[in-house]
Amino acid sequence: MSNLSKEQYRYLLCVKKHKRIVRVSRILILLSFLFIWEFTANAGIIDSFIFSSPSKIALCFWGMLLDKSIFLHLGITLYETVISFLLVIITSILAAVALWFSARLSEILDPYLVVLNSLPKSALAPLLIVWLGATRTTIIVAGMSVAIFGSILNLYTSFTTVDPGKIKLVYTLRGTKYQALTKVVLPSSVPAIISNMKVNIGLCLVGVIIGEFLAARNGLGYLIIYSSQVFKMDWLLMSIVLLCIMATMLYSLINLLEKWCMHRF
Amino acid sequence: MEQVLELKNIHYAYHNLEGETPALSDISFALGTGEFVAIVGPSGCGKSTLLSLIAGLLVPEKGLIKINGKYLRESTTNVGYMLQHDELFEWRTVYNNVILGLEIQHMLTARTREKAHELLDFYGLRRFEKARPSELSGGMRQRAALIRTLVLDPDLLLLDEPFSALDYQTRLTVGDDIGQIIRQEKKAALLVTHDLSEAISLADRVIILSGRPATIRQTIPLIFDLDEDTPLARRNSPEFKTYFNLIWKELNTDE
Repeated sequence: MSNLSKEQYRYLLCVKKHKRIVRVSRILILLSFLFIWEFTANAGIIDSFIFSSPSKIALCFWGMLLDKSIFLHLGITLYETVISFLLVIITSILAAVALWFSARLSEILDPYLVVLNSLPKSALAPLLIVWLGATRTTIIVAGMSVAIFGSILNLYTSFTTVDPGKIKLVYTLRGTKYQALTKVVLPSSVPAIISNMKVNIGLCLVGVIIGEFLAARNGLGYLIIYSSQVFKMDWLLMSIVLLCIMATMLYSLINLLEKWCMHRF
Repeated sequence: MEQVLELKNIHYAYHNLEGETPALSDISFALGTGEFVAIVGPSGCGKSTLLSLIAGLLVPEKGLIKINGKYLRESTTNVGYMLQHDELFEWRTVYNNVILGLEIQHMLTARTREKAHELLDFYGLRRFEKARPSELSGGMRQRAALIRTLVLDPDLLLLDEPFSALDYQTRLTVGDDIGQIIRQEKKAALLVTHDLSEAISLADRVIILSGRPATIRQTIPLIFDLDEDTPLARRNSPEFKTYFNLIWKELNTDE
């Protein structure tokens, strides 16, 4: 520390101060929001029957922890989201590879993909229920349907924008198209695949919740729709808070994966 | 002299819906073992197309190409191709970049790996074997790219303006450097360039192409009376200017 100049020391202090202000402000916003909510609900300024309150939500959560019912709902939603997410990633990579291999195929299928991608996928959910029944499969397919077409289009675009010079290099080394794929296209698309994953995990969660609204007997989506019907606002808000936490956790998992990949690639 | 490369009456045209654009017309020439030939011509005249044809990336519409006496399609001789950019993959280490060609041709053996290490060592990149390409200077990157082709033991090297993406100072040193390496390894080389001084300082012979569709306008053998024939010595010799003016004039006269 002794060899730092005064100006450098002052600069470091400034950076540290800035970071502290950001951190403290973030916590303050959350705490004051919770406090105002709790206070106004208790003082009768807002109707706690409709708006619930942090303490009621916490109590409700505690109760469901004790009878273990919360694990069922959380687990089901998490399971459905993860399965549909994995299926989306695998199928969209395979489909994008197929499109990349055959320019003709991609030209033929292009209008269909565009239509399917711009269609509001929630409109498909009732159809899926009729076709597949009110089962878990329906919910997983609903989750997939929201993400898959956009995912295919995004991946295909990133595959086709790979540096043509690098692909030419593989051919000058007497490589095949398959080798161009495995040696250049896939490795150089790793960042695109990961950012695509980040979008998809959120979209899959959206699809799964929509599916659960319509065709489930458990899961957070079911809990939300059920509690709104019976006016149990504590349940409803708790489910939303849990969804927030789940979405953040899934997202940070992919962030971790990204860090690991950055290290490798 | 044995012929590494032979081109006879090559024609090639590009097609699109608006019509066809002839690129090469009746090109014939040959390269002997260890010979270094430069091709110069106005930009867009089809120089790079010529290299793509020899590398087998494109197929000529008329004419034939022989490598080591065999037709291109039946030939098993490796043709090394250096592109305008080094195209090193950032997700691979320098060593793994160098063995890319071996990997693609399923030639990775203990012996070829050893050869890759030797070449990297010989050309001063041993310390950077495990480094990422971004950690290398522009010149070192070009060396790594050259080693990537040399490790496949090609009899013929195609150089498509491989120094054009470098800044002027690096271009001079790297050009001389790469030229020396190719002579040392006794490879036949075909250099496409628009830089006349580069062509004169490196080649045994300069082929001048006309504008599109390209035909061979003239072939000028370069003979320098030097004790040590290096690119730098050539640049300082009196013949250099004569050749430069000769080629310059030839390029700029209308037919």
